[in-house]
Amino acid sequence: MPEFFQFLVSGLTIGAVYALVALGFTLVYNASDVVNFAQGEFVMLGGMVTVFVHAAGVPLPLAALVAVIVSVVLGLSLYWLAIAPARGASAVSLIIITIGASILLRGAAQIVFDKQFHKLPAFSGDTPVQMLGAAVQPQSFWVIGGTAVMVLLLYVFLERTLLGKAVLATSANRFAARLVGINTTTIMALAFGGSAAIGGVAGILITPITLTSYDVGTLLALKGFAAAMLGGMGNPLGAVAGGLLLGLLEAFGAGYISSTYKDAFAFIVILAVLFAAPQGLFGRRTIERV
Amino acid sequence: MTCHSHFKSLAIAAAIALPLSGLSIYSPALAQQTVKIGSVLSVTGPASFLGEPEDKTLRMYVDKINAAGGVAGKKIELVIYDDGGDANKARTFATRLIEDDKVVAMVGGSTTGTTMAMVPVFEEAQVPFISLAGAIEVVDPVRKFIFKTPHTDKMACEKIFENLKQRNFTKIAMISGTDGFGASMRAQCVKVAPTYGVQIIAEETYGPRDSDMTAQLTKIKGVAGVQAVVNPGFGQGPAIVTRNYAQLGMSATPLYQSHGVASKSFIELAGPAAEGVRLPAAALLVGDKLPDGDPQKKVVVDYKQTFEATAKQPVSTFGGHAYDGLYIMVEAMKRANSTDAKKVRDEIEKTKGFVGTGGIVTMSPTDHLGLDLSAFRMLEVKGGDWTLLPPGT
Repeated sequence: MPEFFQFLVSGLTIGAVYALVALGFTLVYNASDVVNFAQGEFVMLGGMVTVFVHAAGVPLPLAALVAVIVSVVLGLSLYWLAIAPARGASAVSLIIITIGASILLRGAAQIVFDKQFHKLPAFSGDTPVQMLGAAVQPQSFWVIGGTAVMVLLLYVFLERTLLGKAVLATSANRFAARLVGINTTTIMALAFGGSAAIGGVAGILITPITLTSYDVGTLLALKGFAAAMLGGMGNPLGAVAGGLLLGLLEAFGAGYISSTYKDAFAFIVILAVLFAAPQGLFGRRTIERV
Repeated sequence: MTCHSHFKSLAIAAAIALPLSGLSIYSPALAQQTVKIGSVLSVTGPASFLGEPEDKTLRMYVDKINAAGGVAGKKIELVIYDDGGDANKARTFATRLIEDDKVVAMVGGSTTGTTMAMVPVFEEAQVPFISLAGAIEVVDPVRKFIFKTPHTDKMACEKIFENLKQRNFTKIAMISGTDGFGASMRAQCVKVAPTYGVQIIAEETYGPRDSDMTAQLTKIKGVAGVQAVVNPGFGQGPAIVTRNYAQLGMSATPLYQSHGVASKSFIELAGPAAEGVRLPAAALLVGDKLPDGDPQKKVVVDYKQTFEATAKQPVSTFGGHAYDGLYIMVEAMKRANSTDAKKVRDEIEKTKGFVGTGGIVTMSPTDHLGLDLSAFRMLEVKGGDWTLLPPGT
């Protein structure tokens, strides 16, 4: 039985990491129907900027703040310099632009920082906490807690504020949103800035566990994207559920089936779910009115 | 303008031009009194941690050799191409080195993939090629014109198992990365384990980019009778394995890492969890800790100082492989007193007692690597630093 709990804890920890990344996709997708493939790069920036600013002698909380600001600035620049000029283009073209941006950011990070792996100290020490026979890293609580807080904030923002409603309206029909007086350009910029901030915070929280380097964004974005699809693209709760589920699948797959096939196992389950429910577990059903 | 600074400016110009166009720049006037050594390295791309220090090392030491008068009365002209880790590009550049640049010798090939793609080109052109790639396939079977300097993963397995045998451990578990390095070393370890009376009773793997290995380690923890755990792997994976290992309270069972993580950054990344971890590594990493009588001491300390002073980054074994390759080549040219490709090849094969950063090299017609197990030193992490394990412990 302690084995079961250890697998559970491993799954939840790694799942929370995926959930945090998946969450970043939500906001931009909600505002523009664009899947921002540069999302992983903001996660990388959050971690790398914190590492380097911290290494330069700045205290960790301040370094983290700098990292979030850098992410937001780059997120906004991504919108103003690349997405906004192509505003008439289809969602597919915009997605391709974000892929280009992610390659650019990764290349730039390779030059500005370096190609080594880096770590951050865990926020509350490295001594594992024993729970039901399983050893848990204290940083796991930070990741899980951070995810919970961000989901809550995002949920409240989207569902309870006028600005959040404007985001949803922009997503539903950009033209109609503009007709009722919503400045869709500002909303889109807000979404890119906000999701960059979420990515940055995610990067800071997970770096003590996952370590970071200029190219961690690629795989995290892939796993986060899979998690977001599994949970239902655009729903913050779905992103979290998808992330946790993916993490648990991997951990239990590695633990009870075979570590060699754990990724295959996880992706087979995702495929099966998407066959049964193409919108994901918590996805909005799209209704086309004729 | 002295010849030295002329070369330097050329090198800088080439360094700027290479990544952009992949073209080399050299002045035809120089070609007469120079000996051309070619190189194809993975300076950028996923294997840049190999190619970058190799590139810096070659440039640094060719400058040095030229400043001291060159080889066989000629200055060395270095032609370096960057394959970005792509085997197809490497092959194209190899052909260009032979056909356009007409090099007399080659020191390069950062990865096993790029090296194997270039091997046929140099075999056909009968130009000696000293590879900097890890795998045993490069020199096994022996090919007439192909040599290599880095120790192999098979040797690393043997060194680890030798240590296990000394501690009377017979039952071990393995957790390996599924990347090229981890998979290849795992296969070699499985192959040589019976020779050392070692039984692998549990085996797990992890993806090269996984960020949590507690599930796999928990499984190993549940297997009764595991006396030690061996982790063939590379990059950040082994650091995470080491951290998870400590997190799960498994530190009472000795953990062995491979030479793939033998760099200071491993200790930094794994932190206090790395205490007590053992691994085989080249002498270069513990140069200052070697006893004064050690034959390699002078070479490795000199190389480390030169590299760190010029490149402003910590020394790695990979750059050391390039150093060894360049000097084996240059000394063969000196002995042959010629830059004729075939004469140089014969002299490389006769290399005897060459003291390099990777070990003491004695080649023969049947051994184009020339290293034995003494090339590896067994290290243990103590107090956040490497310590040399005295033999027999």
